[in-house]
Amino acid sequence: MIKYLIEKEFKQISRNPFLPRLIMFYPLIVLLIFPWAATYEIRNINLCVVDNDHSTYSQQLVEKAVSSGYFRLTAIEPTYQQAMQQIESKKANVILEIPPYFKRDLINKQSADVLIASNAVNGSVGGLSSQYMVDIVNSYAAGIRKKWAQTGQTASTQPTIEVVSQNRFNPFLNYKFYMIPAMMVMVLTIMTGFLPALNIVSEKEAGTMEQINVTPVPKFTFIFSKLLSYWIIGFFVISISFLVAWIVYGFVPTGYLSTMYAFAGIYILAVSGMGLIISNYSDTMQQALFVIFFFMIVLILLSGLFTPVNSMPEWAQWIAAFNPLKYFIEVMRSVYLKGSQFSDLLPQFFALIGFATFFNAWAIMSYRKNN
Amino acid sequence: MKQFLTFVKKEFHHIFRDHRTMLILLGMPIVEIILFGFAITTEVKNTTVAVLDPSHDIATRHIIEEINANKYFKITEYINNSQDIQQVFRKNKVALVVAFEPNFYQELLHTGKAQVQLIADASDPNTATTITYYATRIINDYQQQLMGQNKVPYQITPNVKLLFNPEMKGAYNFVPGVLGMILMLICAMMTSIAIVREKETGTMEVLLVSPIKPILIILAKMIPYFIISCVNLGTILLLSVYVLGVPVAGSLIGLITVSLLFIIVSLSLGLLVSTVTRTQLAAMLVSGMVFLLPVILLSGMIFPIENMPIWLQRLSDIIPAKWYIQAVKALMIEGLGIMNILREMGILILMTLVFVIISMKKFNVRLD
Repeated sequence: MIKYLIEKEFKQISRNPFLPRLIMFYPLIVLLIFPWAATYEIRNINLCVVDNDHSTYSQQLVEKAVSSGYFRLTAIEPTYQQAMQQIESKKANVILEIPPYFKRDLINKQSADVLIASNAVNGSVGGLSSQYMVDIVNSYAAGIRKKWAQTGQTASTQPTIEVVSQNRFNPFLNYKFYMIPAMMVMVLTIMTGFLPALNIVSEKEAGTMEQINVTPVPKFTFIFSKLLSYWIIGFFVISISFLVAWIVYGFVPTGYLSTMYAFAGIYILAVSGMGLIISNYSDTMQQALFVIFFFMIVLILLSGLFTPVNSMPEWAQWIAAFNPLKYFIEVMRSVYLKGSQFSDLLPQFFALIGFATFFNAWAIMSYRKNN
Repeated sequence: MKQFLTFVKKEFHHIFRDHRTMLILLGMPIVEIILFGFAITTEVKNTTVAVLDPSHDIATRHIIEEINANKYFKITEYINNSQDIQQVFRKNKVALVVAFEPNFYQELLHTGKAQVQLIADASDPNTATTITYYATRIINDYQQQLMGQNKVPYQITPNVKLLFNPEMKGAYNFVPGVLGMILMLICAMMTSIAIVREKETGTMEVLLVSPIKPILIILAKMIPYFIISCVNLGTILLLSVYVLGVPVAGSLIGLITVSLLFIIVSLSLGLLVSTVTRTQLAAMLVSGMVFLLPVILLSGMIFPIENMPIWLQRLSDIIPAKWYIQAVKALMIEGLGIMNILREMGILILMTLVFVIISMKKFNVRLD
């Protein structure tokens, strides 16, 4: 009986002019485009310089900023006010103002200051870009110190702590490698969450539900056949994602593909179960769409996909603890980048099993044959 | 006119009858503003740290204490040998390992040099860079203490000024984004579905033969969503000013004008979707799945557009929300006046015209 029910599901999908194309192209397009967009790699920051000193020193500092690769000199303005206009018209993000007598102060008084002003509407971008400039200024100062030390001006035999830093798992700090596994989860969630949410309710609206209800198909079998269909679609979606990551980005998992498939299998069940529950409780497709939409946005935002869960306030971390996305994103990222094995991911495994069981038991119970 | 008002009334009735959808339409902005205002932050806090300290001396203990006391870090694991480092990372237990060399303080005293390793889980490059930087600063501070009051010569003090958002609040960036997302999705999605539904159930035919003009029928469908969006606009603005403390620093009139304009753009986009799709399901999937990601990712609401490759920046130009969010940021946060957003307004008006013209063309074709 299951076989016929699944056949029916796929017939219904393929008869729709839009769905098969969506299933094919959505993961493809998302993974081709959005990893390029979701990045905090900040480069080419537009820099506006106000140089009141016009000395060799101030020019060297500006040159150092531009050659760092982070900044692009887009304007040189005579006053700070005029530089602010560059910021307001979005032509510049950072202002570097070098005071008059910069060189004289640095040589005579052994200290000088500069002003760094950055547009911080986006706080993290403003913070990072001013931080880069601070680093450049500091290393410029260190350069000068070294120069004078060589000529015998200063000598230091102080104890020094040598800090060696090491970036593991993603040594070239490629932001895409961090986002791609999470984007796979997002695509899979959207596909296997939205479609089931609209499924039962669309049968209700179309009237085909009545026909199923008069057949001897038991509740469990009916829900199971739906789940199985989304399972197949989900496997298709995630396989496309793996392929795109490999072919387009040359990104292959450090761990086992089989670990990810195993987790995906459980995860799809959990998410489709959630979709089916919403579908069962909805009277119209519109209603179902809005409910799933609402949950999706909250779940995606509180999953650690875009912003770290640890940085959230405690109440939000508690919501995140009940978010299946969070666990699956952890799994995908750690298998892809760190080569985590199944045994490393047992907490995530039990969490996902729990979600799958809970949601599907609820989905079966909330499906009423007599409606 | 009277007929038109009757139609509007009927549409209102339709929407109000569905309590669940109403609840979500009006509740979604509130939930999202609270999430974005309080929970979603790109700042890195409470990073879990593991310590490998074979030395156990005053210097290492001091540094460990300093790290633990810092709001960015939370030491959760103590490991005994370097083999365990890989394991704590793989189990996702920590994001940073601080590993001291044996006899740290002894080395420091006698050879004048001691080594500490900061091993960061760089799967998240942003967090890795930030936490390595913070940890380095803590260690450098300690070294400064050891050196005593010896003044470093040739210093340049950088005075940093964070314009418009000195506290680096995430809400400053997100509130304009949430406004754009909510208005766009509610208007575009609801309108598209409402019109397609009539088509699908065949009632559109009935409406079209009624004496009232088709354009008025469509307009009547849009008005309730226009009003709901205005309510949402009010809710979001009130919440952001009074709960999140995000000011309207610039022109309020400008802000309201550009918001109303954006609502109209979104409504016309919904109209366009409804003319190119035939079933409710397709209309929903287009507005729910296809619009969702570009609006979140290409509008500059989370990730800054300037960092994207040029081809993607051009692609983001066709997303209405991008222009709206940019205008809202200028008016709300940067405190500029309406004259500074004329370009954004012009683009939004142009987009409305394009959407409406295409929809009208398509719509007429269908009537034949």
